[in-house]
Amino acid sequence: MRSLSLVFVNLRRHKLRALIGVAGIAFGVAAMLTILAIVRGAIGMFEHILVTDSQYLVFEKNVSDLFFSSVRDADVAAIRARPEVASAQPMLFGIVSSPGYPVITCFGVEADDPRLAHAAWRAGRRGDFGARTGEIFLGSRAAEFLHAQPGAPLAIGPTTFRVGGIFKAANGFEDGGVFLPLAEAQAYFHRPGVASVVAVKLRDRASGAAFKRAVEAAHAGLVALEDREFSRSYNSFKILRATSWAVGVCAFLLGGLGVANTMLMSVFGRIRELAVLRVCGFSERQVAALIFGEAAAIALAGLLAGGAIGGAVLALLPHVPQLQGYVHAEIQPGVVLGIVAMALVTAGLGAIYPARFASRIQPVEALRYE
Amino acid sequence: MNDAAPVIVVRDVTKSYDGGRVPVLRGVSLTVRPGEIVALWGASGSGKSTLLHLLGGLDVPDAGELSVAGLDPRREAHRLELRRRHVGFVFQLHNLIPDLTVAENLSVPALAVNRPAAATAARIQELATQLGLGPRLAHRVQDLSGGERQRTAIGRALMNAPRVLLADEPTGALDERTGGAVFALMKDLAGRSGIAVVLATHERRFAEACHRLVHVRDGRLEET
Repeated sequence: MRSLSLVFVNLRRHKLRALIGVAGIAFGVAAMLTILAIVRGAIGMFEHILVTDSQYLVFEKNVSDLFFSSVRDADVAAIRARPEVASAQPMLFGIVSSPGYPVITCFGVEADDPRLAHAAWRAGRRGDFGARTGEIFLGSRAAEFLHAQPGAPLAIGPTTFRVGGIFKAANGFEDGGVFLPLAEAQAYFHRPGVASVVAVKLRDRASGAAFKRAVEAAHAGLVALEDREFSRSYNSFKILRATSWAVGVCAFLLGGLGVANTMLMSVFGRIRELAVLRVCGFSERQVAALIFGEAAAIALAGLLAGGAIGGAVLALLPHVPQLQGYVHAEIQPGVVLGIVAMALVTAGLGAIYPARFASRIQPVEALRYE
Repeated sequence: MNDAAPVIVVRDVTKSYDGGRVPVLRGVSLTVRPGEIVALWGASGSGKSTLLHLLGGLDVPDAGELSVAGLDPRREAHRLELRRRHVGFVFQLHNLIPDLTVAENLSVPALAVNRPAAATAARIQELATQLGLGPRLAHRVQDLSGGERQRTAIGRALMNAPRVLLADEPTGALDERTGGAVFALMKDLAGRSGIAVVLATHERRFAEACHRLVHVRDGRLEET
């Protein structure tokens, strides 16, 4: 349709108006991209903590958050004893504080935990972990913001520990956290004989379904979920994903209102012109297509601009000192497709009324319009 | 008077506004043949513009029969086809699209019918030559004089080679000399292309220079 060539002519003629529409969509795209990528990255990091070298997670059924889950030592031992289990790593999560830092994640793990094996030790050795009481081990990022030195005392809540080692963990949450031997963590958090979760590695992944049934039958209060299943069903992840989509959709709604306003202004500002197009043979459909075309062009420009802004923000965030290690953005194809669809749908919805109005302009009346 | 089949036939057409309370055309009849230039002459509000709107498919009559280029302007599909290919409009206030160049304004009717770009460009050159707009094609319309704007509007009306040109006070916003030139141009184009021109005007000198003069008074036509 050659009549659509007027789309770009009209946008060129009303640059400021078009730019406002583009900005509305761009900010929606950038907000959604940034939020979803950060949330997706955060979930990914948390998933990584849970599934390091494991395929199944065992934890207390129906807990709102894994911090409140309790898996007793006896249950851990029973799970370890199962013939299909290659290894089972209990882990206790807790929140600790240090002067100036009220929220620090604390991981209570056993000495043979694969996280410690995979870490790059900067001070101390893996073999030191749990060798002496009263020692705490720090991720390198935590050591940095706590200004901790190897062998120096470190106040964690009411207790003063000695820094037994510092290591660089690939995962941002782990690198910004502190680690205690499981037994010390249980004592510190007054949860003797309890872990939050057990990460289980099977000898043969094909036995997963049988393992899940066996655990749930033998331990009435526990549930065993495969890592991907856990990611889908864990309430906190669901809430995070839903919240991030909701915030993104709100940003888009604002963008859509911007497009609707831009297109309405554009239509009301050229009623005579649209009437002239009708006089010159443009059909109602062609006039409506012109308005939708302008909205689509604005949406596409907004997508490109928003993608660039969001990409720039995501590239810069990891370099912000306060966020180092915590922001690990993940841009998934599904998210990109969702954002593209949202932008086009938003622009399309925003253009419906202006297009309807424009296509119904009666030339005779409109040509009298001042 | 020529013997060609009429391109416009109007029989007993009535038109009123405000639910019939304001009658504008009261049973008018008119026949126009190709190449004729017919002046609708009368005071403001006499019904000249309304008749042009009906002929051009911009409005529909309350009653009566209409045929323009073999199409029935009372039917929606015919009205669109009329405006696209068979009728060109020229208004008192040229109604060009601001910020567009002369060439872009001329091309608007071609966009409506999806004419290929090369054919459109060739037609623009042809019209520019006829209308003396060649050097101004790349100029924006706000940079043109009143006469040039109206010549551009005439070119736009002729873009799709219509059989009928409807001109509503085309010289009304121009000075005497420029108005005379525009009128002479329209007359010349009609003579050369065989196009039928219906011209609404309140200026007696232009009305008398047309082939036929139809006096529009109180919604009725009187041919003199």
